[in-house]
Amino acid sequence: MSVPLDYATLRLIWWGLLGVLLIGFALTDGFDLGVLALLPFVARGDGERRMVINTIGPTWEGNQVWFILGGGAIFAAWPLVYAVSFSGFYLAMFLVLAALILRPVGFKYRSKRADAGWRGRWDWALFTGGIVPALVFGVAVGNVLEGAPFRFDGDLRMSYAGTLTGLFGPFPLLTGLLSVTMLVLHGAGWLSLKAEPGPVLDRARRWGQAAALLAIALFVAGGVVVARGGLGYRLAGLVDATGPSNPRLATAIASPGAWLDNYAAHPVMLFAPALGLVGPLVALAGIRARRDVLVFAGSSLANAGIIATVGLSMFPFILPSSIDPHSSLTVWNASSSRSTLFTMLVVTAVFLPIVLLYTAWAYRVMFGRVTIAQVTTNPDSY
Amino acid sequence: MTSMDVIELSRLQFALTALYHFLFVPLTLGLSFLLVIMESVYVMTGRTVWRDATRFWGKLFGINFVLGVATGLTMEFEFGTNWAYYSQYVGDIFGAPLAIEGLMAFFLEATFVGMMFFGWERLSPRQHLFTTFMVALGSNLSALWILIANGWMQHPAGAAFNPHTMRMEVTSFYDVLFNPVAQAKFVHTVSAGYVIASSFVLGVSSWYLLKGRHGEIARRSFAVAAAFGLAAALSVVVLGDESGYTLTENQRMKLAAIEGMWHTEPAPAGIAIFALPSNSGRDNRDEIKIPWVLGLIATRSLTGEVAGIDELVARARVRIVHGLVAYDAVERLKRDPRDAPARAAFLTARDDLGYALLLKRFTADPDHADAATIDRAAWSTVPDVPALFWLFRVMAGLGFGFIALFGAAFWLSSVRCFGCRPILWIAVMAMPLPWIATEFGWLVAELGRQPWAVDGVLPTFLGASSLTVPQIWTTIAGFTVLYGVMAVIEVRLMLAAIGKGPEETPAPADRGAFEGCAVPAE
Repeated sequence: MSVPLDYATLRLIWWGLLGVLLIGFALTDGFDLGVLALLPFVARGDGERRMVINTIGPTWEGNQVWFILGGGAIFAAWPLVYAVSFSGFYLAMFLVLAALILRPVGFKYRSKRADAGWRGRWDWALFTGGIVPALVFGVAVGNVLEGAPFRFDGDLRMSYAGTLTGLFGPFPLLTGLLSVTMLVLHGAGWLSLKAEPGPVLDRARRWGQAAALLAIALFVAGGVVVARGGLGYRLAGLVDATGPSNPRLATAIASPGAWLDNYAAHPVMLFAPALGLVGPLVALAGIRARRDVLVFAGSSLANAGIIATVGLSMFPFILPSSIDPHSSLTVWNASSSRSTLFTMLVVTAVFLPIVLLYTAWAYRVMFGRVTIAQVTTNPDSY
Repeated sequence: MTSMDVIELSRLQFALTALYHFLFVPLTLGLSFLLVIMESVYVMTGRTVWRDATRFWGKLFGINFVLGVATGLTMEFEFGTNWAYYSQYVGDIFGAPLAIEGLMAFFLEATFVGMMFFGWERLSPRQHLFTTFMVALGSNLSALWILIANGWMQHPAGAAFNPHTMRMEVTSFYDVLFNPVAQAKFVHTVSAGYVIASSFVLGVSSWYLLKGRHGEIARRSFAVAAAFGLAAALSVVVLGDESGYTLTENQRMKLAAIEGMWHTEPAPAGIAIFALPSNSGRDNRDEIKIPWVLGLIATRSLTGEVAGIDELVARARVRIVHGLVAYDAVERLKRDPRDAPARAAFLTARDDLGYALLLKRFTADPDHADAATIDRAAWSTVPDVPALFWLFRVMAGLGFGFIALFGAAFWLSSVRCFGCRPILWIAVMAMPLPWIATEFGWLVAELGRQPWAVDGVLPTFLGASSLTVPQIWTTIAGFTVLYGVMAVIEVRLMLAAIGKGPEETPAPADRGAFEGCAVPAE
């Protein structure tokens, strides 16, 4: 098949699309996770709980597809990244899966029976389904920044030398907390838009305020660790950006502080960390001024900025190896073939706009604040 | 190489999670279209009884749907978690349909399913029907894409091994997309889903008719399910996926194993309706055969020969020996990617590379395999014959049974007679059977693919991740507890919703076409 774009450009585009997917997931399903993590804290009594659940009830399912699509797209465009990260973080992936499996069931089954014990147990399941993925995703990102303990043999068979508890080191815990905080902020932003004026809205604002301040503190702390603690890898020698996707051709070395290289070389990239700091401030301003749209816009900017910061800092690395830097996966050695990348690009260009279109329609149909009165009288509510 | 325990446990976990997932998905596939049919009648006639029916079956659909979604998450990630080498070896081809499935199908069904449940008050009847249709379209499209992926494992068209990346890469997306095995599988599998859903609706409606409850909705649902089910049951048998069984050696082997045919017979071959096959004995005991039938079904002619297992093993032996040429060339290319003679040798034999990989199960150094080892590897291409023989027969027998059941139900509903209690009882009792047939069908397809993960390309035992036995036991235990609890809750909620029955809008006496001979209530 003749492909009109060269291999290096396609790889760059798909690295960008990987970012779009992760940010798309954080911006949509991210507030579902945040709302569920806030569920026990902002809502008391069954009426309030149901109101909070129904702010995300009609749309969470579509949002979750960003996560599924993330898995599928990494499989199709970055098969080596898919294989190494999913099997390497095996038990952590299981934790995320188990927690995410609780969500659909919790939403659907909670309101099927009236007794308080039943509903209380499902509230716990939903809380778990919100906070555990938020934490583990952040912990995973921390491990990716540090480098994961894997290497390839001559057949490109990967072996992994880590454990589940090994994932929860001090820096990954910091990034895990940051992830929980920024998603909680986003959840609070969503509740500001969707909850009826009353105690739930007030509590959501207070939690949003705390989360915004904490997010700034944790993001700055993370930056300090990266700069001072000396995280980073560098490519050594010439790189063939159009070469075959074979990680054994990489030559990389651990190089403390290298995660800041890109900002020195291209100061324009500093917009990402700047957004990560400005976003929470915008959200704070929105909470102070009672401008709910501003809160949600601020939390969205914060999520996008923080995720983009991770991606830009590591470029061209996607998943560095801590025990054998030469096995590291980069934009130039871990992708699919040129024709697969091109075909998938065409498919994405056709279908993603359609998806965005009907998603926007769905949100429009469900526009407006959710009230306790509505939820308790409408038989279709969760 | 990964230890055999890790491989066998990974297979066990995959089978358990896939079979469990496959309890919910076929019902979703079919019930979504039954909802579309019922809601269309509502929109066209304006009779509220049809809306009540749609809402009632929609409620059951919802309870089932969430488990399909929840357990589908596991499937999407299990390739990476447990089959990492498989994922990187064929991800260039196999990942694409999965990603397209997300983009084209999952977004559609998941976004519109929210509208379907929450939009009754906010959408016009036509808009709501549109959302229901989009859910049905989305779920059926997802079946299409996952079966294109699975069809490629059964018949890997449009791809070739690249020694520079040590993996399979796509050569023609057209061939991957329009793979005949995938198309046959798609029609067969969605039809099976329609049978499950029809039998579910037919069974529940029959139970209401037997108990004299909700007659208005039950009669209409019974009629819709009978007609849809009859068409689906015919389609599932007539458009079974045997059409793909002549395409590749592995598909031929699957057919021979299903038929327990150890030796090639003169055409046209007979079909065994009873036998006790044995893999170790390499023969059948107590065989009862009907002459000619297999040859007619499999080759659609009197002269076509169906290859027996021993003949296929002999061919596998030839391909293993030939594949060693490619294997040796790849080893040399690993040392020096610019080795031109090695590249030339590789190109002559690359289609048989996968066969040489079969040797890795028996020796660390396939290049120096002796004749006995090659013989063992050749015989390892025979799947579990007794299992396939019997699983297939139960599935096919049930398939014919469903035609009879839906035929009878269709006749009853076309003469507007809903009072034939024996048939109603059979419809209730038969409800679990389509699930048994589809689960057995999955087992026939995937056990029959063994020892290959991808036919002729990658043996299953090479595909697993580098995991430890305790890691996999942990997740198997976790899934068992989680899935077990969810199954109990799901069945209870289903039974409670069925026990409660539909909410009926009091309507002006709707004495329409669905009043026929009286239903004797208890």
